[in-house]
Amino acid sequence: MILFRRELALAWSGGGGPLLACGFFLCLTALIPLAAGGDPAGLRPIAGGIAWLALALSSILSLERLFERDLEDGALDLIALGPVPLELVVLVKAKAQWLAVGVPLALTAPVAAITLGLPPTLAPLVALSSLIGALGFALTGALGAALALGSKRGGLLIAVVVLPLFIPPVVFGAGALERAVSGLDPVPALAFLTAYVLFAAVVTPFAGAAAVRNAQG
Amino acid sequence: MLTASSLTVSRGERVLFRDLSFSLASGEALALTGANGAGKTSLLRTLAGFIRPDAGAVAFAAVEPAEARANHIHWLGHLDGLKGTRPARDELAFQAKWLGAEADGIAAAIDVLALEPLLALEVRKLSAGQRRRLAFARLIAAPRPLWLLDEPFAPLDARWRAALGLLMQAHLDKGGAILAAVHDPLPVATRALDIGAGR
Repeated sequence: MILFRRELALAWSGGGGPLLACGFFLCLTALIPLAAGGDPAGLRPIAGGIAWLALALSSILSLERLFERDLEDGALDLIALGPVPLELVVLVKAKAQWLAVGVPLALTAPVAAITLGLPPTLAPLVALSSLIGALGFALTGALGAALALGSKRGGLLIAVVVLPLFIPPVVFGAGALERAVSGLDPVPALAFLTAYVLFAAVVTPFAGAAAVRNAQG
Repeated sequence: MLTASSLTVSRGERVLFRDLSFSLASGEALALTGANGAGKTSLLRTLAGFIRPDAGAVAFAAVEPAEARANHIHWLGHLDGLKGTRPARDELAFQAKWLGAEADGIAAAIDVLALEPLLALEVRKLSAGQRRRLAFARLIAAPRPLWLLDEPFAPLDARWRAALGLLMQAHLDKGGAILAAVHDPLPVATRALDIGAGR
């Protein structure tokens, strides 16, 4: 689909947003052990949680680009006059955001988690849960980006709107890792994580499209 | 093609125009005039469906407003929607295809607007006039009957104003319609609609 390809090209052009997000992610996860005193034993129990928190924060970085640029340069007007309803446009943009930024982040996550002291055998679980979670972050993030359209301090507003919405996936995702570390089955937590993503996939297109229309008026 | 009945539009506290009614038939061009701030752009945005009027309605011949917006309207405002960091070729392809153009339509638009030498450049490296021609190309490439234009000629030189005038006339001859907010007269035969002095 033509819009999807354009979104991917825009994400990668002009500054390599995905690489920046991955760099930010790795810096965060490298800083936390230093701030926490560098005792690996003390860090290990919360490694999963820290990795997820860093993933959530890194996912916010490029959200401002998602709708704000298109509003500023008039592309959103053009897109609104296309044959595709705005609801679908929002969904396509969120999916492109996931593929361009979320997937690279999710593939970086195992490296970060192992550095923090998580057992290397859990790397596939970290990657899988991060992939699902990053899709949730992209969807609710797109909603936040649409809601913040047209405000002067858009980037900051997006973070304030979106971070509370990121609580459930962080809890479920970190929970899955914690259960796996203590020898329990991580699937229930993953199921909750997936349910969150599905919920976001239903709410985001409609709420996001309404917010976009409001910003255009 | 288009009928606006008893439109009232306000921005914030200020009422821009009240009870505005007019119609536009196919083959007809309407020049929308008025002082700065009179609401020309707001009227065009209302017709395109971006602004919801306080009262009144916009109707399109034979199609629902949603369908008209999806397939019948070309919008060219002050902002052209082109991304500065992307090559002109990619941006033209996206804009035109998104609005329903086929490959041969795009090729014809490139030809008639002499865009070939510009296509490899990034959009931000084009001059204002070249950029306006690139934005105009989507109107030629994708056949849509109703053109809503906001100051379409502002950055163009005399030669290209005349050339676009011919393209507009060709569009009208094919049964299209044009509504353009302008300060200078359009280079095609027009009716005028003045919406007042502004404040």
